[in-house]
Amino acid sequence: MAQTIIPFGPQHPVLPEPLHLKLTVEDEVIAEAVPAFGYVHRGLERLVRIRDFQQMVLVVERICGICSIIHGMCYCQGMEELMGLDVPPRARFLRVIWSELHRIQSHLLWLGLFADSFGFESLFMEFWKIREKILDTHEATTGNRIIVSVNVIGGVRKDLDSAQRQAMLDMLGEVEEAVRRLEDTVLSDYTVCKRTVGKGVLTAQQAKDLGLVGPVLRACGVARDTRLLGYAAFNELDFEPLVEEGGDCHARCKVRFREIFQSIDLIRQASSRIPEGELAVKVRGKPDGEVVSRVEQPRGEVFYYLKANGTKNLDRLRVRTPTFANIPALIVMLPGMALSDVPVVLLSIDPCVSCTER
Amino acid sequence: MQGEVIQVGVDNVLGEAARAKAEGYRFVTMTCVELDAASVDLLYHFDRDFELRHLRVRAAKEALLPSITPVYLAAFLVENEIQDLFGLRFQGLAIDYGRTLYFDEAVRQAPFCTFTVEDGSKDG
Repeated sequence: MAQTIIPFGPQHPVLPEPLHLKLTVEDEVIAEAVPAFGYVHRGLERLVRIRDFQQMVLVVERICGICSIIHGMCYCQGMEELMGLDVPPRARFLRVIWSELHRIQSHLLWLGLFADSFGFESLFMEFWKIREKILDTHEATTGNRIIVSVNVIGGVRKDLDSAQRQAMLDMLGEVEEAVRRLEDTVLSDYTVCKRTVGKGVLTAQQAKDLGLVGPVLRACGVARDTRLLGYAAFNELDFEPLVEEGGDCHARCKVRFREIFQSIDLIRQASSRIPEGELAVKVRGKPDGEVVSRVEQPRGEVFYYLKANGTKNLDRLRVRTPTFANIPALIVMLPGMALSDVPVVLLSIDPCVSCTER
Repeated sequence: MQGEVIQVGVDNVLGEAARAKAEGYRFVTMTCVELDAASVDLLYHFDRDFELRHLRVRAAKEALLPSITPVYLAAFLVENEIQDLFGLRFQGLAIDYGRTLYFDEAVRQAPFCTFTVEDGSKDG
């Protein structure tokens, strides 16, 4: 049968950010998929030669709006290890609260986009309506809706008093109830299942071989979550990774959906156990040496490599974002799929081009 | 740095990567660090149950490096990225974008290098 090459993206209704797929199709069935990007590459890693190690906190937060706080936390964590700083316990708990809040809004954003990928517009709007509550809380507690910028090297720059924490818990109660109401639609609706069950299947072995991370990996039955490392205050909270067995788009959806409730639970735990104390320790001296820092973003593990030379500028900052690790999955998942399934399968890895093109 | 660091020569990279895979390590990523006008450090990061292993390879910028994509397909993106940003070249890359992953074909410099090596294989 004759093959046709179809360019999918970089401008496509289903893609909020530019990503290109070169699809080789045979009668509307994908024979080969080759991903490509580079449309919005910014070279932020190179800014370490211009901005000092303190200013770089603000740069890494701008790698991505959806997980800005987690980028900042990962960078600060690496710098703290490099400089031998002991972060105050209260700051570690505050980092958990804000990073889990970020995870919830990211998953709600994705659930909306995922619904949009198979044309379920009302579901898309429902999820984004719920997400607004989280963004309002960001604004009320930090002054910003997206780039909340709470991390500094040595701790955090903002506190949450008991009234703010109570208001946050009340809001999370409303979010939990609203998301729970959509559970049947997302996980059991005939149309949704028709478009997601058995689509883009990966086995656990394939996922491991491809080095996949985050919900994409956990949806293949692999219980791997970087929060198990116990960074910030996760070692003081009850936490088990959520896994599903299907390995398909539906399983990925289920993992992210359930992780919203898990994050709410983690915030409740952190809020009830947060100790009094300082928010940050003073930074003295200049960093020297090399270090690796890893944390769990909504899309999976983010990996930072930092190399310092005893001056105010780092020698090297390297960021491996979760989408960068998950893109190779498309090469395996897409062949054999119908052309009409491409948007759903592509969206199921929750691609963040902003992170990838840091 | 957290984890075990193993210094290896360019010729042993593929063998060490195969050994890591056989021992159950997953590929995390690679990092290229420019050392001086002529050489770079290439770090290959692997993970097994949160235990890290790094292979450190000192290489000349002009050297033709072996791609580890025959062992870890997932490395194809980062090897292409290093080709674009540092001007290094990998032999046997499973998917080779020919230094066009991030840049236009006309770009001949390696922007992440202080000491840039121009790729003479392309016509400006």
